[in-house]
Amino acid sequence: MTTKKFMMVNRKAPYGTIYAWEALEVVLIAAAFEQDVSLAFLDDGVYQLKKGQQTKGIEIKGFEKTWGALEDYDVTQLYVARESLEERGLSAEDLTVPVEVLSRADIGKLMEEQDVLLSF
Amino acid sequence: MLHIINKSPYDRCAVDSALATGAGVILLIEDGVYAAVKGGAEEKKIKGALGRFKFYALIADLEARGLGDRVIDGITPVDYAGFVDLVAENKTCQSWL
Amino acid sequence: MKFSILVNEGPYTHQASDTAYQFAKAVLAKGHEIFRIFYYHDGVNNATRLTTPPQDDRNIVARWSKLAEEHKLDMVVCVAAAQRRGIVDEGEMKRNGKDATNLAPGFRISGLGQLIEAGIQSDRLVVFGD
Repeated sequence: MTTKKFMMVNRKAPYGTIYAWEALEVVLIAAAFEQDVSLAFLDDGVYQLKKGQQTKGIEIKGFEKTWGALEDYDVTQLYVARESLEERGLSAEDLTVPVEVLSRADIGKLMEEQDVLLSF
Repeated sequence: MLHIINKSPYDRCAVDSALATGAGVILLIEDGVYAAVKGGAEEKKIKGALGRFKFYALIADLEARGLGDRVIDGITPVDYAGFVDLVAENKTCQSWL
Repeated sequence: MKFSILVNEGPYTHQASDTAYQFAKAVLAKGHEIFRIFYYHDGVNNATRLTTPPQDDRNIVARWSKLAEEHKLDMVVCVAAAQRRGIVDEGEMKRNGKDATNLAPGFRISGLGQLIEAGIQSDRLVVFGD
């Protein structure tokens, strides 16, 4: 099968809308299709990776643990925008999985290299 | 890369996020066309980016909002066929939803 | 050139579905090919044939069905997103013990793999959403 470079561009916070969760489902399927999958987290998307999510009180299924499972699917390219973290008072230590923190401009360059950009 | 923006710059950060990638082509559609309008607080930012980005705005969305005659100089109005051409001419496109 | 389209919002609330439709028509008018239109998130609501807009408004669902018929388009509704939102075809009705179907003509329900395949097979994939 042809392998293409897919990047999922995540810019929305979790739980307030379903986009983050349904985007993660796309990531898992793309990985199952053995595509070259990477994820970019920009703007409120960085909140998706925040450690310590406890969703019992809102009765919505939490998905923090799924990020940790991505490695099993060989999805290891996770890029987070430095500016988006800083604006929100967060740092890489606040995130649930190891990521590469890059400037928005560098993420822009990575986006240019992709075959398919899926934005949620 | 083609950046497709459908959010008003007076409401959301989509325009800023697209500009922060560095350079490329921007197409304003739906509520994104409010970024193409003269005389607003966002005009200076858009004009300042005209060197790095080529700007287009969807005519049908401008006209629907009563703004077809107020487009910032340097932004090119396009129809849906022009939208298709922009997608075809650029290897990838990012919709800043 | 081969295009695919991803529609992430339902009809009427957001303009995304209208723009996606106008874009699809323009793609075809230019002589390009549409490999697939994929409906995800609330976009699956574009596929309910039970919609009844006022007579002086556009019928977004019927418009998609007509376009599919005229151009033999492959319009795919994501199964997981459809199940969550109650978009049902014959197979889903039986599988999940429901008492009705509502999938409009021209649409079919299938997995997310169809979206990835569209990305692989197409020269361009354009996302419409909110």
